[in-house]
Amino acid sequence: MYYLFDGTYLGFLSCVFESFERKEFNVIPLMQKDYRIALFAETRTIVTDSRKALRVQNGLQERVGKAGTMDFYRAFLSEDRKAWLASFFILRQTFGGRTDVRQDYGNAHVLYFSQTLKKVSRERHRMKAFIRFSKSSDGLFFALVEPDFNVLPLISDFFRERYADMPWLIYDVKRKYGLLFDMRQVGEVQLSLEETKNTTIPTVVTTMDERDELFQHLWKQYYTSTNIEARKNMKLHLQHVPRRYWKYLVEKK
Amino acid sequence: MLRIEEKLKILADAAKYDVSCSSSGSTRKNNGGIGDASASGICHTYTEDGRCVSLLKILLTNHCIYDCAFCVSRKSNDVKRAAFTVEEVVDLTMNFYRRNYIEGLFLSSGIFKDADFTMERMLRIVKKLRQEERYNGYIHFKTIPGASEELVKEAGLYVDRMSINLELPTEAGLKLVAPEKDHESVRKPLAYVNDQIESYKGEKKLIKHTPTFVPAGQSTQMVIGATPENDFEIMQVADDFYRNYKLKRVYYSGYIPINNGNSLLPQIGSIPPLVRENRLYQTDWLLRFYGFRLNEILNPQHTHLDLDIDPKLSWALRNPEFFPVDINTANFNAIIRIPGIGKQSALKIVQARKFGRLHAYQLQKMGIAYNRAKYFLHCADSPFILGHPSMEYVRAAILNEGNRKSRQQDSAGQLALF
Repeated sequence: MYYLFDGTYLGFLSCVFESFERKEFNVIPLMQKDYRIALFAETRTIVTDSRKALRVQNGLQERVGKAGTMDFYRAFLSEDRKAWLASFFILRQTFGGRTDVRQDYGNAHVLYFSQTLKKVSRERHRMKAFIRFSKSSDGLFFALVEPDFNVLPLISDFFRERYADMPWLIYDVKRKYGLLFDMRQVGEVQLSLEETKNTTIPTVVTTMDERDELFQHLWKQYYTSTNIEARKNMKLHLQHVPRRYWKYLVEKK
Repeated sequence: MLRIEEKLKILADAAKYDVSCSSSGSTRKNNGGIGDASASGICHTYTEDGRCVSLLKILLTNHCIYDCAFCVSRKSNDVKRAAFTVEEVVDLTMNFYRRNYIEGLFLSSGIFKDADFTMERMLRIVKKLRQEERYNGYIHFKTIPGASEELVKEAGLYVDRMSINLELPTEAGLKLVAPEKDHESVRKPLAYVNDQIESYKGEKKLIKHTPTFVPAGQSTQMVIGATPENDFEIMQVADDFYRNYKLKRVYYSGYIPINNGNSLLPQIGSIPPLVRENRLYQTDWLLRFYGFRLNEILNPQHTHLDLDIDPKLSWALRNPEFFPVDINTANFNAIIRIPGIGKQSALKIVQARKFGRLHAYQLQKMGIAYNRAKYFLHCADSPFILGHPSMEYVRAAILNEGNRKSRQQDSAGQLALF
């Protein structure tokens, strides 16, 4: 049976709750907007209920600890249905009171779950590396990204701690939301077309800091000079910096 | 006066033969300013040669009083000279760092006037970064051979990693191409900094607010293929340095010919020994992370690494009595010795087998190089074979498999053109 939810993590956890309450275990979680009407397919629309979600979350923490609980959130951010299904399998085992199956890598679901975690973690690391800030004339450092997975929530702490003395904005173009740091805290921002006109926040940013172009140029110069021509190895290069990231990399533009 | 762009071009170009670019191992926190260190390091981009770019790697100047034949900045080489001012380096570092281009600064220099004069100027840069800019990002500092201990010690209080290059693996090799230098001037500061690190660590246990001293440790670099040392000699030196100075890394840099002036060195146009360099790194990893001892991989009877196959496979073929390893019962240390299985996969295997005996189809999915590993392991559904297969046969089969794969890739590449 398809469980249709709103696409939030609270919604996902609500699905878990409902599946146990209704003793429906053959469940495929799916985002409402991704569902295409199929013949003979049974569906149930799950209303997000933060109280139920929290119960699942607390129960998880008791059983698998803080880090283990976080893993389910990370896997969820992959936005991959197969990974959600694998999560469901593991959650069912976990709450079913059986042994902790999370290391049973001989099992296809468990292996896929762990591989997903690895992929999400790699993308998170890539964002720490590949984000390129530009400086606007009013001192805001802003960056546009299009990560494969929804990893912004996972890099927020990293950027807040590192760039603590400057305001910054990281905007996910694909998912249409961003993180904005005002030198006190990080908040989520969404920009409608209207808003972008009224704020200093960029889609096509206002005006740039007068030296921003200079440093972009110097960075490109450095990138070229530090390459050793005699060792050229494009296969390795592309493995490390796949083409889809080039669009937002100053040195590859 | 040169423009900043011109300087950056000259001084980044001259620094690039220093291969170290790691930004890992430090725990520096952001205490009220900007920047911190990432324990695992971050590679912000990669050049077209496939090397990581993590730090802004530059020389303060490429003026140098020495004339080392292997070095692009040597006195007698006809290259354009330049020097950064302290302010220029600080400005570049801060502006690159704030834009998230880099993890930090790698500061090296040619030697002008004398060692202490050069060190002092470099020290001014790191102090300005830490004190005035309140910068807590990564700094890799190249110690100048022959600098006074006071300056070395002071630098250690501001930077994350220090390094000093051996350049050539043996003293004899060094004398051939750089008669003014010796290994002693490298060993002495390495030993001194290592002692300081140890004593600060000891103090930290007693007094919590002991300042950090070179938290990311030390490293060194050897040029490979410029002089005739064999792999055994090279790895003996590395092993010695890891042991005596607790180095975090030894880097092996395949020599890239930069001039035809010295008839002892490979001439321009000769191809850098990239495969050999790779095999040396693999050996380095086996020694540091896989529990191998040096004499298992290289010894007086076996002084060269096999270029066709990796050193672990090479060891396995010479030691058939160790195999097959039963992955359902063997301990972790035996499993990581199987060619084609790394530490991560070995850990997965050890965890997963608690849930039931593992079969070939499960291993294949776990991310191991099964086509290589299959000759050396035993799993739940391995057929029972009497005796060992001949290791010559295994070697040929693995090489053949590798060739077939690369041929397939080549032809696929050609087809894609049409």
